[in-house]
Amino acid sequence: MGSIVTPYLTLAAILFCVGLYGALTKKNGVIVLLSIELMLNAVNLNLVAFSKLGDHPALTGQIFSLFNITIAAAEAAVGIAILITIYRNKGTSDVNEMDSMKR
Amino acid sequence: MLNGIGDFLSSGSSWMFFIFALLAIGGAIFMISFTKVIHMVISLALTFISLGGLYVILEAEFVAFVQVLIYAGAISILMIFGIMMTKHRQGEEEEPRRPWHEGLAIVGSLALFGVIFYAIQKTKFVATGAFDAGKDNTMEIGKLLYNEHVIPFEIMSVLLTVAFIGAIIIAKREED
Repeated sequence: MGSIVTPYLTLAAILFCVGLYGALTKKNGVIVLLSIELMLNAVNLNLVAFSKLGDHPALTGQIFSLFNITIAAAEAAVGIAILITIYRNKGTSDVNEMDSMKR
Repeated sequence: MLNGIGDFLSSGSSWMFFIFALLAIGGAIFMISFTKVIHMVISLALTFISLGGLYVILEAEFVAFVQVLIYAGAISILMIFGIMMTKHRQGEEEEPRRPWHEGLAIVGSLALFGVIFYAIQKTKFVATGAFDAGKDNTMEIGKLLYNEHVIPFEIMSVLLTVAFIGAIIIAKREED
């Protein structure tokens, strides 16, 4: 029962799960942000694939993926800024040591 | 998926899909398994570029170029800047492992993949209409952006401006 859109969805699922694993296990804050970017990219791949091969093919999927890329860029910039500030104040970029709200 | 794999491998674009998919997954896996952060960023840039190739296969040329410019260019360089601004002790990467944590993360990710894969295999996707990319993909996207989606577009630009100004203010060194 393979459709032509199935490989794209499977690839996106693989990338999303790899990104999820990276975001859950990595200790470096920059790498956690990178893994989140990977997950966002997997979602974008789904959007573009459905925009061509989906039920109602239209350009709207590509527009939505462009919006998604913009949000991802803003998120990366703010995330890096927060990481730099935390590093300046606490001297670490390890996400396990950023637990001052837990103690 | 296994039934149609003969048809799938018979055309050129499928081969291109196969190569780009392999590169994308390879970059992601290398990102997980490398130990130095710079190598991680470079291998993830490979994933971003091959995803751009996949977008070209899907007739989304404008999105492909935006992907290469923003992800492979801007975000990778931004991450490298982040790495340069924070210090990384290379020797201490192999400190106390957390086998329970990592094992549970692997199990959770694989379970999520299993659920998604099952759902993808069970669903019947029907293509009702043919995709009309227009003569000029960029021009069609521009028309759509400035006619139908102009309010989300403007809100997006305001949001991007606010986010970048906020990032500058957060990261600015407070001298006084």
